[in-house]
Amino acid sequence: TLRRVRSVAFPTCLSLHPATSRGDALAPGAENYNSHDALRGNQTPLPAMPYGADSLSLDAVRGGARLPSGPRCGGLRQRRPRRPAGEPSRPSPPPRAWAPLEAPVGVWAPLASITLLSFASRFYRLCEPPHVCWDETHFGKMGSYYINRTFFFDVHPPLGKMLIGLAGYLSGYNGTFPFQKPGDRYGHHNYIGMRGFCAFLGSCLVPFAYLIVLELSKSLSAALLAASILIFDTGCITLSQYILLDPILMFFLMGAVLSMVKYNSCAVRPFSAPWWFWLSLTGVNLAGAIGVKFVGLFVVLLVGLNTVYDLWELLGDLSLSLVTLGKHLLARVFCLILLPLVLYTAQFAVHFAVLNKSGPGDGFFSSAFQSRLIGNNLHNVSVPEHLAYGSVITMKNLRMAGGYLHSHWHLYPEGVGARQQQVTAYLHKDLNNLWVIKKHDSNTDHLDPSCSVEFVRHGDVIRLEHKETSRNLHSHQHEAPMTRKHFQVTGYGINGTGDANDFWRIEVVGRKSGKRIKVLRSQIRLTHLATGCILGSSGKTLPKWGWEQVEVTCTPYVKETPNALWNVEDHINPKLPNISLDVLKPSFPEILLESHMVMIRGNSGLKPKENEVTSKPWHWPINYQGLRFSGVNETDYRVYLLGNPVVWWLNLVTIGLYLLMATCTIVAIKRGAQLTVEFKELSEVLLHSGGKIMLGWLLHYLPFFMMGRVLYFHHYFPAMLFSSMLTGITWDTLLKFCAGCLSCSMGKRVYTYGMLALMLLIVYSFYLFHPLSYGMVGPMASDPNSPMAGLRWLESWEF
Amino acid sequence: MLGFLKQPVVVTAEINMNLVALTVMGLVNRLWALSYPRAVVFDEVYYGQFVSLYMKRIFFVDDSGPPFGHMLLAFGGYLGGFDGNFLWNRIGAEYSMNVPVWSLRLLPALTGALCVPLAYQILVELHFSHCAAFGAALLILFENSLITQSRLMLLESVLIFFILLAILSYLKFYNLQKCSPFTAGWWFWLLLTGVACSCAVGVKYMGLFTYMLLLAIAGGHSWHLIGDQTLSNVSVLCHLLARGLALVVVPVAMYLSFFYVHLTVLYRSGPHDQIMTSAFQASLEGGLARITQGQPLEVAYGSQITLRNVLGKPVPCWLHSHKNTYPIRYENGRGSSHQQQVTCYPFKDVNNWWIVKDPGMQQLVVSNPPRPVRHGHIVQLVHGITTRYLNTHDVAAPLSPHSQEISCYIDYNISMPAQNLWRVEIVNRESDTDVWKTILSEVRFVHVNTSAVLKLSGASLPEWGYRQLEIIGEKLSKGHHQSMLWNVEEHRYGKSQEQKEREVELHSPTQADISKNLSFMARFTELQWKILTLKNEDTEHKYSSSPLDWITMDTNIAYWFHPISGAQIHLIGNILTWASANVATLVYVCLFLWYLLRRRRKICDIPEDAWRLWVSAGGLCVGGWAVNYLPFFMMEKTLFLYHYLPALTFQILLIPVVLQHLTDHLCRYPGYSTGCPAVLISGDKSSEMMGFLVPAPALILGTLHYVPSVITLPCLAEENYSVNACTGLGKVNCSPV
Repeated sequence: TLRRVRSVAFPTCLSLHPATSRGDALAPGAENYNSHDALRGNQTPLPAMPYGADSLSLDAVRGGARLPSGPRCGGLRQRRPRRPAGEPSRPSPPPRAWAPLEAPVGVWAPLASITLLSFASRFYRLCEPPHVCWDETHFGKMGSYYINRTFFFDVHPPLGKMLIGLAGYLSGYNGTFPFQKPGDRYGHHNYIGMRGFCAFLGSCLVPFAYLIVLELSKSLSAALLAASILIFDTGCITLSQYILLDPILMFFLMGAVLSMVKYNSCAVRPFSAPWWFWLSLTGVNLAGAIGVKFVGLFVVLLVGLNTVYDLWELLGDLSLSLVTLGKHLLARVFCLILLPLVLYTAQFAVHFAVLNKSGPGDGFFSSAFQSRLIGNNLHNVSVPEHLAYGSVITMKNLRMAGGYLHSHWHLYPEGVGARQQQVTAYLHKDLNNLWVIKKHDSNTDHLDPSCSVEFVRHGDVIRLEHKETSRNLHSHQHEAPMTRKHFQVTGYGINGTGDANDFWRIEVVGRKSGKRIKVLRSQIRLTHLATGCILGSSGKTLPKWGWEQVEVTCTPYVKETPNALWNVEDHINPKLPNISLDVLKPSFPEILLESHMVMIRGNSGLKPKENEVTSKPWHWPINYQGLRFSGVNETDYRVYLLGNPVVWWLNLVTIGLYLLMATCTIVAIKRGAQLTVEFKELSEVLLHSGGKIMLGWLLHYLPFFMMGRVLYFHHYFPAMLFSSMLTGITWDTLLKFCAGCLSCSMGKRVYTYGMLALMLLIVYSFYLFHPLSYGMVGPMASDPNSPMAGLRWLESWEF
Repeated sequence: MLGFLKQPVVVTAEINMNLVALTVMGLVNRLWALSYPRAVVFDEVYYGQFVSLYMKRIFFVDDSGPPFGHMLLAFGGYLGGFDGNFLWNRIGAEYSMNVPVWSLRLLPALTGALCVPLAYQILVELHFSHCAAFGAALLILFENSLITQSRLMLLESVLIFFILLAILSYLKFYNLQKCSPFTAGWWFWLLLTGVACSCAVGVKYMGLFTYMLLLAIAGGHSWHLIGDQTLSNVSVLCHLLARGLALVVVPVAMYLSFFYVHLTVLYRSGPHDQIMTSAFQASLEGGLARITQGQPLEVAYGSQITLRNVLGKPVPCWLHSHKNTYPIRYENGRGSSHQQQVTCYPFKDVNNWWIVKDPGMQQLVVSNPPRPVRHGHIVQLVHGITTRYLNTHDVAAPLSPHSQEISCYIDYNISMPAQNLWRVEIVNRESDTDVWKTILSEVRFVHVNTSAVLKLSGASLPEWGYRQLEIIGEKLSKGHHQSMLWNVEEHRYGKSQEQKEREVELHSPTQADISKNLSFMARFTELQWKILTLKNEDTEHKYSSSPLDWITMDTNIAYWFHPISGAQIHLIGNILTWASANVATLVYVCLFLWYLLRRRRKICDIPEDAWRLWVSAGGLCVGGWAVNYLPFFMMEKTLFLYHYLPALTFQILLIPVVLQHLTDHLCRYPGYSTGCPAVLISGDKSSEMMGFLVPAPALILGTLHYVPSVITLPCLAEENYSVNACTGLGKVNCSPV
């Protein structure tokens, strides 16, 4: 009973907010909250609820307070109304111990102030430095491409760059700045619009984090702690201030989490307007997140797991009929699967519609794809449809960026197979890519008007003569220059006279024999008649002697890979009627699929080079090494992307602390420990809300350990957002727990001073490290005169 | 006394004749004509080399896995008296008389045979009927792919044996847990689980998957234990500690012991020495140890040294210089300093010798007493043969234009002064005054003027640099990378001040007399790291396949082919077994989901006991299949059909599980489905027999159909099999397996 008394007295000891000084906070109860309601006066009429109306009205007030213009809904997570009547219902929630903190004004004012602080910290010195920083050179350039409508290739989906382009367009940037390399001065070009857009989205992260934590933990101080961590983290500030995809990605990501949390809170009133609103907003944000970077898939996974859990709970609720369950399922399928898919596809539709001019990305795509682009030599051309003997053709390898079959006068050097003419794959259009199709047994000129046209058919044995050098495509049992297990491919013979090793069987994939071969559409395989190997491109780059073109080999391993498949791109035959290639234009689903294949291969192609020092995932949470955004030397204006070490190490410690606390709690519950109501509620927050955030952190961090591609420090920032929110929740819970164990006045002091100490620590460390984001000039940190002197705590930091 | 005269001594033995029969059948099936063919079959060519090296006690590194599997094979060779003298270079090569083929293949065959009774026992321990268990064992017995794999000197059957043993002992342990914890039997099975797990991991890293599965299952069971409030806190703690000991500590210790044996047995230097660091090499008998034995430990001013790059990639190499200079202009038009080339050279050479010089003194000999070089000291490095100083300056390196060129300075009398001071930074120092030690110290050379770091770029120079490796000065050194670290390998105190004498001295071999002993843990860590990071570059193979081909058995491997008689061995599965295993998996997953969703709605189709059985058996079999199969989709290495065999074994165990469940609960009486009592252990046999025996003959017939492809048969043109055998002829012959 002593415990009980303590917990009733608890609220008074725990409040941080000035509202405590008001007398009404001392006696928590329904009347109190209702008086707050009366004060606010703008809340919706409350539906009759079978349980503690006090807390619901509180939630309604808070909902209204937080989102004055948005829809409101109850903040309670419990689904008590749906429980069968027979089951013993839990006791109605006791008056929350720290409730006075959450008086309406107490929610409004902090939100407004942290938003203000966040915007201030992100927009401060936004235009400095006035030159291209780090990856701005890519994303700024791609924004310009959208303004100029030039087609390009990037490994990320288009939404982020489209938004950058749009922001630039609206702010009066005309797309003419070349963004050649980091350090280029912007001059008169208007770059503030694009940076401002990114900074705006980056600033939104803080209020989002605040609202998420508030919704999950119902604790103002936890929310404030999380928000202040993000406001005062130098890394988040730096990453938000430049033209990058990360602020956009994180905006959608946090938006998705926020709306997910909100719709979970609305679960007591399913199918109400707010429920639909938040559910579909989750879907929209998910589409945005994957639309910016594929890393967005992790948040999709998080929402997916949360939804599965949600549906599982609903399924176990026997008071719901199967029809209702079906409605729940369909609503989620519609909002969380179909809606994002439609939006995602729509982004690509816009992307393809906007970028309709030929540009630097053409070579990555198939011939059919290129025919869409204005200015590409495949656009609006007309060629003969079927291959005939005597046709002059170019052959393109079907692997990504495969290049055209190419030969030139140069020979393979001494010691590299037979000393015959080189055959390579070349990425650019060139006269040396032209080949003539001949019959294997005769050297007649098929273009002679007296000859009748004879089409090449599937299964024919042919000879390919290089047009410029009149040598035949040839292979033999010498090892290929790079891929030793394959055979070398050379140009052989004089004026078309070679030997039996020049014969190739031409086959079309998935075709019966005797069929004609189509330009562009047919996937061709060339089998060497004598050795049975297949002509392919290995994708390896030849050394200097091969002009760094791509190796072409004859592979004895008969496998269906795009490496060994070719298509005919150009086709010249004066005796055949030309048809327009427009009929061959690929449909939207086809180009969508192709661009995804190209993106995925591009991503997996970003492998670290041998002996290159790369960032490892384990470096990130310990803030081991940052990224140089701008400037190297003492005279330069230097910006260095590095997290605020105090904040990051606090986050790191917190993860361990959280795991420890969660394990202890869960084991204690499993062992049947009797908890008081307050501790039960605390453990609920710790396990459920904290668990969700922890899952988010894991999903955004662990997969990087399995990725083979090049990784950078900034990949950790989405995970860092989760980690910061977890810090807020964990410390709040820990301090409340300590406070609950101590006597009343003591507990109050511990809680208040603990929170204050954490906040002060964060603010002070930001004061120390702020030059990292806002720019440093002058000597390096090793010099005692430097502003950063003595702050280079790790040798690996480069400032 | 003499009580036994009144009362007879009675020994009652209960022998499960099923088990005996299965074991005998397994042995016959796996051991029959074991030494045929007397030729190298497929991967025997690979494992054979290691057996030979074990016999000769020569050190090697195999990146395919830990050493326990190789050791077991070598043990077979040891028993057979194999001396290791056989050249393992070609598949199909006839074994010479000194190779004990039978005993080399015995161990895999024995373990393969024992898998049959193990499968039986596992199903019995899962509380399935003896009929179902017998069925499972028969399916394993007649699975051609398993037979083929066990009859050769390969490791998969050993791996499968340990996996099954681990599963069985865990089940035994778990069944004992309910009635008699902390008894001798309980401890025995618990410890055996850990031991079998570590053996499985020690044979192949694939064993990790099953180990993880078992850990997860044990974790789940422990969690229930924690929730059991009838147990006191102390006894729960004891239970948890016992599990931790047996399932974590014991396996780790066993794993270390494999390496301990491995490193103790292999004490001679051999072909893979070069991969290891100098310190490791010096710990082996012969090789580097012979050279470095007794050389002075502390590098002093005047020392003559060779510097080896610590990274060892793409090839191990030593800092090198020679008379030739950088070309004035490179092919791409950039200019160079035209000074003497500095490269990294992968062979021992007199041009690899450098002399450590004190910048403040002229002499190139070691004073008496020697003045050791310490961390942070500034030195000059003088190339021994040409007497030029190691130098770097603000000129772009030949192949890495973002880094500085490293040269040996030639004074052309132009405005390019010598910048030849280097600061020695010992990276693995214990204190800041550490002395630079031969072999042991890993050193970074930081250029004093530009703070560039001496680094191996990994690129090969073109013709003018004799294709040696490029050395650069990394200006912005990002973090620590092994390519920037160097260690002294050969070392002696220089005695001759005169250049001519010094040249003679440089050419003479070093001699001295200290040996460096590395601790076991240091050697283990290094070897383990090399095993995990070593990469084989060529990954294409005629018979490699993708994991998707495995389920449908779209692929096979021709293991062996006799050029004259045409007899051959193929690795190919029993199509009936594979198909029914796939069907069983599908049925299991569908039924499981169905039950799960219905139970959530409080509709129980099967009784609680049956449901628990269904979950535990399925979790083990489907879980085992999934963990042994799905990870392959994420692997980038060359994959073969035999990688699927462990997963297949689990899948096969599932067939009788599903069949018995179907007959017991779905096919019996239409109206019986809701309240059916647990018939699984007691229930009448006829229904179970029906369930299993109908498909069984078909499966066995199916096996017989494939037997020819497993055992061997002469390829006669008139026979039916000729088509298969002879079309393979050309390909198999030239296959570069």
